[in-house]
Parts: sequence; structure tokens; C-alpha cells
Amino acid sequence: MTSTISASQELDAPNRSGEPLLSVRDLQVHFPLKRGFIVQREVARVKAVDGVSFDIYPGETLGLVGESGSGKTTAAKAVIQLNNPGNGSVKFEGQELVGLSSSAMRPVRRKMGMVFQDPYGSLNPRMRAGDIVGEPLKVHGLADSRDDYREQVSSLLTTVGLSPAMAERYPNEFSGGQRQRLGVARAIAARPSLLILDESVSALDVSIQAQILNLLQDLQDQYNLAYLFIAHDLSVVRHISHRVAVMYLGKIVETADAKDLYERPLHPYTQALLSAIPTPNPVHERSRERIILRGDLPSPLDPPPGCGFSTRCPIATDICSQSVPELRTLAPNQQAACLLAQGD
Amino acid sequence: MTTDSRATSSPLLQVRDLRTSFNTPEGKIPAVSGVSFDVNHGETLGLVGESGCGKSVSALSIMRLVPNPPGVIESGEVLFEGIDLLKISDKEMQSVRGAGIGMIFQEPMSSLNPVLTIGRQITEPLGVHLGLSGAAAESRAAELLEMVGIADSRRRLGDHPHQLSGGQRQRVMIAIALSCEPKLLIADEATTALDVTIQAQILELMKNLTTQLGTALMIITHNLGIIARYADRLNVMYAGKIRESGTAEQVYMSPSHPYTVGLLNSVPRLDRPASERLDPIEGEIPDPANLPAGCAFAPRCRWATAKCEVSEPVLEQVEDRQLVACFESKTVSESVEIAWQ
Repeated sequence: MTSTISASQELDAPNRSGEPLLSVRDLQVHFPLKRGFIVQREVARVKAVDGVSFDIYPGETLGLVGESGSGKTTAAKAVIQLNNPGNGSVKFEGQELVGLSSSAMRPVRRKMGMVFQDPYGSLNPRMRAGDIVGEPLKVHGLADSRDDYREQVSSLLTTVGLSPAMAERYPNEFSGGQRQRLGVARAIAARPSLLILDESVSALDVSIQAQILNLLQDLQDQYNLAYLFIAHDLSVVRHISHRVAVMYLGKIVETADAKDLYERPLHPYTQALLSAIPTPNPVHERSRERIILRGDLPSPLDPPPGCGFSTRCPIATDICSQSVPELRTLAPNQQAACLLAQGD
Repeated sequence: MTTDSRATSSPLLQVRDLRTSFNTPEGKIPAVSGVSFDVNHGETLGLVGESGCGKSVSALSIMRLVPNPPGVIESGEVLFEGIDLLKISDKEMQSVRGAGIGMIFQEPMSSLNPVLTIGRQITEPLGVHLGLSGAAAESRAAELLEMVGIADSRRRLGDHPHQLSGGQRQRVMIAIALSCEPKLLIADEATTALDVTIQAQILELMKNLTTQLGTALMIITHNLGIIARYADRLNVMYAGKIRESGTAEQVYMSPSHPYTVGLLNSVPRLDRPASERLDPIEGEIPDPANLPAGCAFAPRCRWATAKCEVSEPVLEQVEDRQLVACFESKTVSESVEIAWQ
């Protein structure tokens, strides 16, 4: 019933014995919905992120997957303290970020780069490519002189596969793939230890997407970068991630090493997601059974009682609408939040 | 699968040397440059390629929906049941759209009219093409909604598009497109904007309904997986031309055009080891206003020779039903066979 993947050599996970680089515990981001003209009162609360915990170790990639509205982008923004962080704990290199003032956040941000989805909207059209890439160097005072600045910008452009001569051009002179390379160059300019990649390759054509994925893997090897890789494309996530967390309605429903999650998904939602992805192999595709989920994602404003997935779950029983399942360890390094899922 | 009897009878749609271009201040830009293909009765044909390859403009040209100006269908034939759609009057074309060929687009929100009820939008083509009105049209509309899996269909006829989810809107689009039982349904990136679990629902629905009704289906997408699962045959397009064409088995299992090989090696695949490094196509998609001389793919091609830079290869048969436009196709398919073992 679940999709099986014959090939099993996955990426070797980096050493996870030391301290995690990023440690997120019980992160909650709630958006109040207010009504009323003069006296506004809260009528409902959208629990966009509802008790999310994960660790990322140096040099490791955590893939965060889920469908639209699952809370993956909100979780990433809360990590970098870009929106109202809400409750919980976000520790980066041992330092608690929740509650830090924006001036105290500034030196921390140097160590966290971010690459966005839209390579057109995320670059200032009036700035030259060189200044876009070099801006973090200026902001954080990382260049000693004008010459040093120019040299660093040139070397950043070379690192991401662009020519240093392109520093003089404006964003509209670049193709989508080249713009995303500029976005990556800007994100690594201040020599961060963590990159947050929010759907960074989703908008690219497949031949260009492959180039950027290879670039990201090279940079990780070269600089021991950790990635929080957010995407909805599960084949891309498997390709680049060491660990994967699957989100549904603001909660992590399953987390495991990439190899285990794709070989043996335990949560019925993960199983359905994996089975929904068509592979470019007609023989394999036509012989395989798919799990087709009923219905749409429930509104985060009005989540179902009990397990959020119970309304669409193919194996749900009465108990699923009565109690909220917690993440349980069902296999080594593999946890799933399902009352019915069974491990070994 | 296409049966032999279908293969021998004349095709439902024959596109012959279609050329469409856009006039811009920078000059004339070719979007489709001499495309020919057939769609047989009841079969599913895939049209695959990256942005700007001309797959959507091909479909819009078939439907005569290319915005003019700036777009111009310059030459070619689009024979639908033997009649050249490029020669008939606008009025005659209107009766082909909907009744003969239905079309579903990527953005269900902008393809539906936001101020009209769902019911009104489904009954409109029923009135125009089938002469149904009043209660008859309404009950047919409710039947259609039920057919595409929308529960409580009578009541939902009074809903406006914003009251539906993205998946439901696409279901309504399918209901409208199939309402007059067209012989061909064109789905242009119809599931691209949807979440994967919803995408799977909509694709299964589309495939099941077209099989049930005997409708031919043309799926236009950049997603190689979708084509592999649903299409009997496919055309791979690059820079306005078909570069390879064949059955799904032929094109995916023994590709013979370097671009097809490049596409298949670019995507991370769940059926291959994750540790495998991707082997992307080098360089960028060429600017359609400045296409290279000779084969448009030559600058990115690892098999290109001096000949490829000056002369343009045409589609030639390499296997029964498999056509490839490449001078080096034999070398390409042999080296792929070795690499994939």
C-alpha cells in the first residue's frame, strides 16, 4: 500500500553527537483574528505553528515539508525572529533568541542567511548585482577597505558560478537561475553557519533547479553550512536532506532520517504524500497503487478535533477525533504523531 | 493505451507545421516554429518542456486563443476531425470551443468569473452548445458537479468561486470543460498550482472521466512524472520545436535526444538513489529573440558537433513511433543505455 523505494543509498548524515547548531522547542506562532469596529476583540486564533520542535546540527540539512498552510514558512520566519515569535524556545549556537531585542538580534542574523522563493521579487531592481551581494558585508562591517569589498564580492560571484564582471549589471539583466545564484551569494556573504532556504528552487525550471541544488550541496561541503530546507516537492527534499520533518496544520506529524522516512513512512499522511508523487518512470508509475486522500486541507481557523489529519485519513477510527496524538518514537530516530501508526 | 484500430483510423487532431510568433518592439519573436503532431481518438498525449518552449502557445493556437495583437498564427494547419480550424469563421470556431475541444487552465481563480455563481457558469455552455435551459440545464449542471466529485451539488450551484477551495475550483473547471462532451480536452498546467495530494485527486479524476467518456486528453506540463503516469505518447519541446516524440516507454526508457536525456537527469527521482549527484543541463534556456543558428540546443549539448552549429536537424524516425530531431541520436541513445545500466 505504501510506496516502496527500491534504491536505498541516501546521504550520510553528518556527525550528530555534538551540540545542535539550532534547537527549536515547542515553538508556537498564533495569529489572533479580531472583529469589532471600535473595541476589537479576539474572535478566533489561527495556530499557524502549534508546538514545533526540531534540531539542526552543523553541516546538516533538515527538510521541512508540507502543503500550503501547513505552517512551514511561518516556522522558519519565527526561527529568524522575522515575525511575532510567540512562545517557545529557539536556541542558536546555545543562545536563546526568543525575546531578544532587534539590536541584539542583528549580530545573530549575520550567522543566518535566507534565500527566498521568488528570484524576481527578492532582489532590489535598482541595485547593481555587486551591491546586492555585498550589502551584508557593509551592514555587518566585514570589509576592511574598498578593494577588500570588491575582492570579496568577486569571489562570492565566482563561488556561485557567476562571472565577477556581472557585478555591474542590474537584476533585470539576469535570468531566473542567475538571480537565484545572486540570492545564494547574498545569503552566504556574511559567512553564516545556517541557511534558511524557503522554496528556493521551486520556481525554477528543472534544468536550472538541478544546477542550484548541486551548487547548494557544494557550498555545504565547502563551508559546513547547515540548511533548513523548506519545500513542497518531496523528491527534491529527499535529494538534499539528511533529516526530514513533515508538517500538517501547524504540527510536525513525522520526523526521521531521510532514508527511513522515504523507505518506510509511518504516518498515514507521509504515506499519502509520498504515494502522490509521480516519478518519471512509466513502468513504475503504472504498476503502483496510489493513496488518494479525500477532501481538502481543513481550514487552520477551524481545525478538526483530535488529530488534525483525521478528516482525510484513510485509517482513522473514532478515537482519532477524540485525542490529539503526540509525537512518539516508533523506530530509532523516527517519530510519528499518530495513535494508530506502528513501528517495529 | 492506443489500440491498433485507433492507430489506423484517421487522427482526431492533426497539427501541421504550425508557426506562431509575437510582434514586440524588439522585433518578431517566434514562439512555435513548425510544430506537427497528431492526437488520436481517446488517447492521452503529453506535451512537455520548460518555460518558453512553446507548449502553451501551441495549445492556444489550436484553440485560436492567442492574443492578437501581439500574437500571430503565421502558417500551418490545425485539422480537427478533418476541418482546418485556422480557416473557419470566428462564429464557427466558437462552436468548436467547448463542444469540440474543452480546455482547462492553470489558474482556476482567474478562469472562473468571480461575480457569477458556479451554476450560471456551468449552464452557460449548456445553453449555447446544447440548447438546454431552465430546469433541464440546472439538473444537468448538478449532475456534472456530482461527476467531478463535488458533494451536495444542487446547493453548491448557488456558490460563487471564492467560496470554493483551489481543488474544488479546478473540479468546476473540469465540469465546465466536459459539460458538452468534447472529443478533446486540453489541460494546460491544470494541476501545477495545487498541493500534491490535491494534484493527485484532480489528475485521477481527469484521467478517469476522459477514459469513461472516450475523450482524448492533451496534458501540457513541465512535470515529467505526471506525463509518465498518464500519457500514452508524448512530445518533448524546446525553443519552439518538438525535439523528440514517442510512446512514454520509448521516451523515458530509451531517450534519444540530448535534451530529453538532460531533463530526465536533472530531476531528483524517488526511484533512484538519493546520493546520486544530479547531472543538470549546462547553461541557460536561450532567448527566443536570439536563437542560435543550427540546432537551438547545441550550445548546451554535450554531444554537439560542428555540424549542429550550422544546420538544423529535422524530426526523423528512429524506432517505430519514436521520432528524434538530432544528428547524433544514435550515439546519444547508446551512451544513455550504458550510463543507465
